[in-house]
Amino acid sequence: MITVEALLIIFLLLCAISVCVTNNLLTSLVIFTAYSLVMSIIWLILESPDLAITEAAVGAGVTSILFFITLKRVNEMKDGKGGDANE
Amino acid sequence: MSSFFKSINDFVDGVSPSEEKVKSIRHKKSKHHEKTLLERMENDLVSGKNKKSFQNVYNAMSIILALIIIGCLLYTVSFLPTYGDASNPANNIVSGRYIEMGVKEGGATNLVGNMILDYRAFDTLGESHVLYIAACTVTILLARLKSKKEEDEEIADEELYSHDDKHDDILRKGALLVVPAILMFGIYVVINGHLSPGGGFSGGAIMGAAFILYNLSFGDHSTEKFINIKTYKTIIISALGFYAIGKSYSFFTGANQIHSIIPNGIPGNILSSGLILPLNIAVGVIVALTMFGFYSLFDREEI
Repeated sequence: MITVEALLIIFLLLCAISVCVTNNLLTSLVIFTAYSLVMSIIWLILESPDLAITEAAVGAGVTSILFFITLKRVNEMKDGKGGDANE
Repeated sequence: MSSFFKSINDFVDGVSPSEEKVKSIRHKKSKHHEKTLLERMENDLVSGKNKKSFQNVYNAMSIILALIIIGCLLYTVSFLPTYGDASNPANNIVSGRYIEMGVKEGGATNLVGNMILDYRAFDTLGESHVLYIAACTVTILLARLKSKKEEDEEIADEELYSHDDKHDDILRKGALLVVPAILMFGIYVVINGHLSPGGGFSGGAIMGAAFILYNLSFGDHSTEKFINIKTYKTIIISALGFYAIGKSYSFFTGANQIHSIIPNGIPGNILSSGLILPLNIAVGVIVALTMFGFYSLFDREEI
């Protein structure tokens, strides 16, 4: 039976590959947030709680918000009205 | 090979394989600036017959370049010593001393915080300055020179980008409950940085996230009452100045063997460990305001 660590690392690899492969930008953003969450759990398994707190706060809180705002601004400047992320 | 990638694409996007077989990313890009560099090179430089060979040459060259870079990196890595060897520079007596004498010399029970703010405080000083320089650089890059006719456009832009006309009741009621809790948790993580895991950087990121949530749910007018460009400048410059002056005192007394007057206190109390508690607060405040500054630069192109 594979341990929890190996399962998490395989999930990380799948997340990283599918971020590049997908067409839809919104999908890749959500997968990136999931990647950050799993990374935070792995930091905890590696016994560094400082890094886990920082990764959770920065990855799920701030980086995702900045990416979403960038996506909104790019779509608005192109169309003049709000379009969806998949052009 | 391309159908294999296409099936992975469809699996990730949630599209069943029977519908939309024709959906492909190259058909939709009609405007010139949206095409990739490869497509632009194909259309401008190469005629129709040579496209296939050009694409094959491009693929082969990129694979060869990637292999060369991988080879160089692996060759460099092979010079590292064996992992866990007893005579490595990473296994000398310094880490032992940090662990044994850390609580006595620094006064903090969180050994990580003790190391980054007492033994290696010079590195943290540099890191705080780098964060500030990054925020200044982004401000310079996104600054617009306002001419007279652009101010008319700016009023129209503000209506497009402002959050004031979106009164979302669910968001407001939820934020009323959640934002104080996040802010309190962030302040707790900062102040207990020398007793439990956390410290300045983590607590600062949490407080910054609380400010962003407040701005998103309550609009710009409410946020500008306590965070505007003036408070941003004042707080960041005074926090950086306090860090530099306070730690320079420690550097001075440590280098010249003078006994410093800052007490270490009993480890385990909140008011212990010398300068680590004020420095944690300074770093936390800097990081929180920098996070909020980045967010509002992306959103409104000004702080």
